[in-house]
Amino acid sequence: MAHDIAHGHDDHHHGPAKGITRWLYTTNHKDIGSMYLWFSFAMFLLGGAFALVIRAELFQPGLQFVEPNFFNQMTTMHGLVMVFGAVMPAFVGLANWMVPLMIGAPDMALPRMNNWSFWILPFAFAMLASTLLMESGAPNFGWTFYAPLSTTYAPASVTFFIFAVHIMGASSIMGSINIIATIINMRAPGMTLMKMPLFVWTWLITAYLLIAVMPVLAGVVTMMLFDIHFGTSFFSAAGGGDPVLFQHVFWFFGHPEVYIMILPAFGVVSEIIPTFSRKKLFGYDSMVYATSSIAFLSFIVWAHHMFTTGMPLAGELFFMYSTMLIAVPTGVKVFNWITTMFKGSLTFETPMLFSIAFVVLFTMGGFTGLMLAIAPADFQYHDTYFVVAHFHYVLVPGAVFSIMAAVYYWLPKWTGHMYDETLGKLHFWLSFVGINILFFPQHFLGLAGMPRRIPDYALQFADFNMISSIGAFIFGFSQLLFLFIVVKTVIGGKKATAQVWDNPEGLEWTVDSPAPYHTFSTPPLVK
Amino acid sequence: MANKDTANGYETYYVPEQSKFPIWASFGMALMVFGLGGLLNDIKAGVDATVSGWMAFLGFFILGTVLYNWFATQIRENHLGLPSAQLKRSYVYGMYWFIFSEVMFFSAFFGALFYVRFFVVPWLGGEGDKGVSSMLWPDFTPTWPVVSNPNPNLFTNPGESMEWPGFGGALSYLPLWNTILLLSSSVTVHIAHTALKNENRQQLKIWLGITVLLGIVFLFLQVEEYMHAYHELGLTLNSGIYGSTFFLLTGFHGFHVTLGAFMLAVMWFRVMKGHFKPEDHFGFEAASWYWHFVDVVWVCLFLFVYIF
Amino acid sequence: MLTRNKLGLGMLTAVLALTSTELFAAWDLNMMEGITEISRETYRLHMLIFGICVIIGLGVYGVLLYSLIKFRKSKGAVASSFHHNTKLEVVWTVIPFVILIGMAIPSTRVLTQIYDASESEIDILVTGYQWRWQYQYLSDEGEDVSFFSNLTTPDEQIYNLAEKGENYLLEVDEPLVIPVNTKVRFLLTSADVIHSWWVPEFAVKKDAIPGFVNESWVIAEQPGIYRGQCTELCGQDHGFMPVVVRVVEQDEYDAWFSEKQAAAAAIAELANQDFTLEQLVEQGQTVYNTYCSACHQPNGQGLPPAFPALTGSPIATGAIADHANVVLNGVPGTAMPAFRNQLNPVDIAAVITFERNALGNSVGDMITPVEILQLLQAQ
Ligand code: HEA
Ligand code: HEA
Ligand code: CUA
Ligand SMILES: [Cu+2]
Repeated sequence: MAHDIAHGHDDHHHGPAKGITRWLYTTNHKDIGSMYLWFSFAMFLLGGAFALVIRAELFQPGLQFVEPNFFNQMTTMHGLVMVFGAVMPAFVGLANWMVPLMIGAPDMALPRMNNWSFWILPFAFAMLASTLLMESGAPNFGWTFYAPLSTTYAPASVTFFIFAVHIMGASSIMGSINIIATIINMRAPGMTLMKMPLFVWTWLITAYLLIAVMPVLAGVVTMMLFDIHFGTSFFSAAGGGDPVLFQHVFWFFGHPEVYIMILPAFGVVSEIIPTFSRKKLFGYDSMVYATSSIAFLSFIVWAHHMFTTGMPLAGELFFMYSTMLIAVPTGVKVFNWITTMFKGSLTFETPMLFSIAFVVLFTMGGFTGLMLAIAPADFQYHDTYFVVAHFHYVLVPGAVFSIMAAVYYWLPKWTGHMYDETLGKLHFWLSFVGINILFFPQHFLGLAGMPRRIPDYALQFADFNMISSIGAFIFGFSQLLFLFIVVKTVIGGKKATAQVWDNPEGLEWTVDSPAPYHTFSTPPLVK
Repeated sequence: MANKDTANGYETYYVPEQSKFPIWASFGMALMVFGLGGLLNDIKAGVDATVSGWMAFLGFFILGTVLYNWFATQIRENHLGLPSAQLKRSYVYGMYWFIFSEVMFFSAFFGALFYVRFFVVPWLGGEGDKGVSSMLWPDFTPTWPVVSNPNPNLFTNPGESMEWPGFGGALSYLPLWNTILLLSSSVTVHIAHTALKNENRQQLKIWLGITVLLGIVFLFLQVEEYMHAYHELGLTLNSGIYGSTFFLLTGFHGFHVTLGAFMLAVMWFRVMKGHFKPEDHFGFEAASWYWHFVDVVWVCLFLFVYIF
Repeated sequence: MLTRNKLGLGMLTAVLALTSTELFAAWDLNMMEGITEISRETYRLHMLIFGICVIIGLGVYGVLLYSLIKFRKSKGAVASSFHHNTKLEVVWTVIPFVILIGMAIPSTRVLTQIYDASESEIDILVTGYQWRWQYQYLSDEGEDVSFFSNLTTPDEQIYNLAEKGENYLLEVDEPLVIPVNTKVRFLLTSADVIHSWWVPEFAVKKDAIPGFVNESWVIAEQPGIYRGQCTELCGQDHGFMPVVVRVVEQDEYDAWFSEKQAAAAAIAELANQDFTLEQLVEQGQTVYNTYCSACHQPNGQGLPPAFPALTGSPIATGAIADHANVVLNGVPGTAMPAFRNQLNPVDIAAVITFERNALGNSVGDMITPVEILQLLQAQ
């Protein structure tokens, strides 16, 4: 019935404006969502291209293609672009598209500010990318930009990097405020908190994390700005400061940041797995509580990135214990997903394939994470490729796979067309195989002692690096197939029904495919 | 556009049509910071900075103009009665969470202050778990405020600090007066708010006006204090960690007071133009919440930067 | 797209690598056990946690795989409708928690052991520089022993113009030397950015932080040469500042140490002798290549604006006193370090004279070690 109401009211509004201004001036959550997603994919290609430069250089020992300093710029830009340009905007895009549809709201709470949050990003990244062309070269101090390498010893472009981070932060904060206001204030009558789809729940908590830590990031880059340009000594012992102070403030942002990149992924998977298991999600409540406790814990584990900085023993122990604790709520989630599939009636459409791969490979990343959490063992792992393997397993087959799953899952709702299932499956298998060839050997490299952020390496690391690089190119170029599939679906293809899948849960499936330009102008009733 | 939906009792949520504001605001913002970045680098490199300077100014100007019109539109829409009660709740949530983000921004700086004070300085002075570090700074003695830096050649020592002079000197102690000023301004803005609720425009004008004045006086004294610090006390951004934390914390607070006072001033002009109703005055409320927030921050500053 | 044909080549070699067994054996797939009690403890801890994760993994993936096979729609599976079970959920919250406690206990033990740096017999101050390590033996009697440890892998190997040696990128001109079965304490610090000093076989990795001192220690149980690398991004040549430690028998160590002390005395001697411009330029060449050419480039052209050219530069062709001042004290706030403690007077005199009479400069004047010593005393 909600369907009819939504439908009955479209004609009250006119559809999208024509031409480019539709996108420039839009206040429509669906348009803005799409822009976020396209922007994120562009950044994924760019960050990926940087990664391919890295992998090409590491294909063999010796310096082949780039100079060490440029290599460092690639590493830094790759990390920054992927984290802030690819993964975060992708999830915000999904939130824009789906949250109003899932809670039965007519749009986001503050539509104009919504568009502002988006349009800041292209400018911010244009500014960041422009540093590559500056004579001083781009930032080369890693995406974690530890002082004093990023202050006293930084290239001049660091100033632009700092300001880019500032406005990026502004964008994230405005975006999160919008999402929170929408979720708290605009749920359809009857949509109680504990009836909300998990994707909405995870985003509510993610938005909270963002508002809590983005200002801290702004704070730390501001301190850098002052050390660089106004003679303060926050990160210089000569003036009574401490380089490690930088790391504490950065990681107070940085660790929650990594959960900001995974919680919405949890949400996505928790939507998809039940649909293709034809079975209600197992343990909805515990999912909500687990997500909340992960969010809470994420504030008190930050120094697990700093075990080798020589913190006092008490500190090391505290952060080791608190970090290990996170395994418990995360485990609950993993178990819930698997129990959802247990005694279900499974089919393996592309979104499901990506979700299953997510569960398997994210869990592996989680295990290595737990190993890293063991402080004395971390003395051997820290800043080696073991860490690189860890975080790519949670980020690429974790966050990125969930994004791809989400796109395949909701694409019919967005475009009104079914994507090409065979191509989708092909894309999945290429990605799945590619990613493991790419990142699995990096565990061995790390354990064998290969440090990260080096353009050249000792001979015993040669074989695995070569394999890893091959995987990189397989995985990388498979993503062009993804681009092709999406474009193909946007242009045309088999008409999608309103339900798309065989009776999935959630309000989004009660409106037509493609979703009308304006939906739920009158709230549906949720029983 | 009527916002009563006759079909069933809901107010339809006002979703604005297309708007030019967001993209121009983004452009202005980007131009501004790009200019600022160039400006700072040019100054550091000692090259001519006119271009970047103008860029920054132009960006600021664009951003300012856009925001002015944006808010104007917002107000006009409100007078047309477009926003539903629900949309107004959205604004309220928005403001709450914005203030929360500001709280986190300041806590980063306070966190830095405490970490430096209770860990770093003692360590450099040979106390605590990382006391060995003092072998690099043999003649550094850990005190707070840090009056003599580990390496005075790189960071010139402050002459004096801003410490509480004891009750003897209390009367000539600017921060104390500033505290009194801000606290009372919080009260006056509250009185103005109640006046607004009771339809007492006269009271409203007076007390809101007084609040703005108090804010301006505060800023004036703050500038006074900075001059004193720079010229008499020799306490500068350059005098090591004490100067760094002192100016960063008080400076950003001062910046927020400026914003708050500006908002309240705008509200005052709107009051003069007869805006705001007892039951509908979100703009005013937002500004006053913000004002209470900067006030609370100041109290923390007074306690942890000045007194203790 | 150079990478493309490289790719084909790579595929080939990779396939070869996978098939040929001895290469397989050559790959070390796991953390090394190392040669100290701590390193073995760490290794055991690593294997324990790894084992636990594998077991849990087998369980988790087992159930998953079972469901994927057993409950497919295509096999006619019909979904049942249960969607929570408090008992079960409590169980799988508590069990992991208990397991974690099981991990935490040994971890805590090992960590506390690692943190006890007391009662060391030798203290060594390890200082990170962009991009080399300095070792200073903090012994109280006799000339103090202090030297730098620089990468010796030649550029030809790095740029693939020559066959790569077996210790490619892991070889230095002068390794750290410590006696076997002796508790040696390392005091780590840095002269510029953060570095991190790592020797896998010792399981010692500690950051070297400018302005602070971190402690770490080792009791090496087997003589031999152990190689590690800097593990904190420290700029351009972060990948090119290896750590090499030679662990030797006590008597060999004593011999080496007194030899070092003698050499130190000799340098002090040497400083007071006379040198000809040619001698200095010749010696300056080698010093320049080790310490300066990374930034100012072998040909002296530099990499402006970060690294100014020396050829025709106002400093390298201006007043020699100013030139000496820059080299001795560095330029604060830039990448130019102070070499007063990095190089001995002879080397400093040599490199300055070199820079003024080579690299396309021909000022023709020279500065002697003695004059450098006088400058140092003056300041
Ligand atoms: C999406 C991002 C993401 C996620 C989800 C995680 C998850 C975790 N991470 Fe990771 N991490 C990163 C991104 C992420 N990390 C990044 C980017 C870095 C590097 C930053 C840099 O330096 O550049 C990093 C680095 C990093 C370090 C620092 C390593 C070093 O530099 O030395 C540590 C150390 O503790 C760590 C730990 C963990 C832990 C314990 C988890 C836990 O949340 C994992 C929990 C999950 C599981 C444990 C698996 C499922 C659980 C079960 C099946 C239950 C039963 C299991 C047990 C009881 C064992 N991570
Ligand atoms: C979500 C974040 C994310 C994602 C998705 C990725 C994806 C990838 N990462 Fe990423 N990586 C990080 C986050 C991420 N990474 C971070 C935070 C760091 C730490 C940085 C630091 O140390 O500071 C890092 C560091 C890092 C390193 C270590 C570098 C070093 O230590 O020096 C390496 C090396 O192999 C690597 C490789 C890759 C590869 C091959 C991919 C692949 O998945 C990429 C896939 C490839 C593509 C998508 C290419 C698509 C494009 C084409 C096929 C060509 C066409 C191009 C155009 C049209 C422009 N990454
Ligand atoms: Cu020194 Cu990395
Ligand atoms: Cu973390």
